[in-house]
Amino acid sequence: MVSQKLDILTESSDLKKQGNAIPKITTPKLEIKDVGKIFKTKSGETVALEKTSFTVEDGEFVTILGPSGCGKSTILRIVAGLEESTSGQVLLDGQEINGPGPDRGMVFQSYTLFPWLNVKDNITFGLKLKGVPQKERDDLARYYLQLIGLTGFEKHYPIQLSGGMKQRVAIARALANDPKILIMDEPFGALDAQTRTIMQEVLLKAWEESKKTILFITHDVDESIFLADSVYVMTARPGRLKKKIPITLERPREYSMKSTVEFGNYKEELLSLIREESLKSIH
Amino acid sequence: MIKKWFTPNKEIPKKIYNSVGFITFLVVLGIWSLLSYSGFVNALFLPTPTTVLATAVKLFVSGDILFDIGISFSRVFTGFLVAALIGIPLGILMGSLRIMEGAFEPIIGFIRYMPASAFIPLLILWIGLGEAEKMSVIFLGTFFQLTLMVMDVTKNVQNDLIDVSYTLGAKNAQIFTKVILPASLPGIVDTLRITFGWAWTYLVVAEIVGASSGLGHMIMQASRFLQPDKIIVGILIIGLLGLITDIMFKSIYRASFSWMRKDGY
Ligand SMILES: Nc1ncnc2c1ncn2[C@@H]1O[C@H](COP(=O)(O)OP(=O)(O)O)[C@@H](O)[C@H]1O
Ligand SMILES: [Mg+2]
Repeated sequence: MVSQKLDILTESSDLKKQGNAIPKITTPKLEIKDVGKIFKTKSGETVALEKTSFTVEDGEFVTILGPSGCGKSTILRIVAGLEESTSGQVLLDGQEINGPGPDRGMVFQSYTLFPWLNVKDNITFGLKLKGVPQKERDDLARYYLQLIGLTGFEKHYPIQLSGGMKQRVAIARALANDPKILIMDEPFGALDAQTRTIMQEVLLKAWEESKKTILFITHDVDESIFLADSVYVMTARPGRLKKKIPITLERPREYSMKSTVEFGNYKEELLSLIREESLKSIH
Repeated sequence: MIKKWFTPNKEIPKKIYNSVGFITFLVVLGIWSLLSYSGFVNALFLPTPTTVLATAVKLFVSGDILFDIGISFSRVFTGFLVAALIGIPLGILMGSLRIMEGAFEPIIGFIRYMPASAFIPLLILWIGLGEAEKMSVIFLGTFFQLTLMVMDVTKNVQNDLIDVSYTLGAKNAQIFTKVILPASLPGIVDTLRITFGWAWTYLVVAEIVGASSGLGHMIMQASRFLQPDKIIVGILIIGLLGLITDIMFKSIYRASFSWMRKDGY
């Protein structure tokens, strides 16, 4: 497992990302079928999510873009198994999910490293639970530290890291567990603009190397385009899928692409979609 | 310069910080000296610092007081240990399982307002005047508060930390041992430090009634025989013992939780 990953690493940057290029005929990696969620609160019922359906293909990078409070976190938490849906089902590799599990790795917006474990032990937390032997854990930790650019920080404790570094470790920790899908809830939302763009590049590199399927939530339009194979736009609450926009910018993505006309066109389209929704949620 | 020391929330040099603490001690000692040496207060009520010191030396040399200290310490320690051994796991369960909180929070929240000292007559009826009764007073004085404080600490473990553990493959039992416990450990150690301090304050109450040994008993005897110097020595020793255990807990805290400090020391 490690050696295979290390091979990929040395294979040069010729990354043959297929994604949207080849049409898929197999079952999708993730299938959301009529998933709805109603929260019961003191003041009555909140429809957080109207019946929503969408799919994520194997190896695809999907971003979900929507105004705040539209149910983005709710949908992710349902996929993660941390929240039960009121209706519908979630299929992962054709199997209905039932509660949380290590096959769906998650990165949160808040910093969720275990503060009492150093960077290396954080990264190998899930591997240890699985009973992966020490030697292999060490190798994997080294590989993922390198992947996120934190070699030399294995003995540091989370309190000694910056926000961006913490999120890098959180990504490494989720990937090290080798999940079928990585779900991320505004992971860079708390970071400053500069760190944010660097983190986007770090994440893309990790995705290209690991070939993971990623479902990524954001309310940042630039971020949703820059990262994605497809952007799903959500409506204002009660949330529902409004539109799917495939992003055909070439890979690997470069920071400079953000200033191309193509990128600008996507941005314009998404901004107007989002604006409609934001206006709705105000009225 | 001086103005800086009186600016809210402003750090001051460590030297100044320590000096003012020392000065406060000296002021208290000074007032005591003034009142006693001048004869302003009758020596029968307030002995001089030198008399108290002489009495302390005498008590230590004769060794009587060491025996009292030993017995008092074992009472405080045992009563507190039992409270901690039951209170910590119970508090953790109450803080993480709503059903446990629902079952125990109301009754513990009620009992904790009952004064431990008021249970002494009942305890004497039930278990007599032996060691078990003394330890029970310490137990009653600390257990309920300790349990509720541990519950609070456990409740404050960040929800996302628990959620992320599930997504890393942790099962319910592992959530307790690998996440909730280490996350609340600093808070638990701090709770132990605070409640152990309270345990000392229950000691005298426990030893006032029906005891034939211990610091509380010594203080009661001294009162009966009008020996205020002995009373003060007893009080000071209890204070010192409390302080020493407090420092011990603090150093355990520092040594165990270096991950809480940026410099890592
Ligand atoms: N546990 C909950 N109880 C009640 N209402 C909730 C709960 N979680 C979320 N909501 C409500 O559901 C809606 C969607 O929330 P969320 O999914 O967090 O939105 P987003 O992540 O898009 O900002 C919001 O109106 C929010 O107030
Ligand atoms: Mg959210």
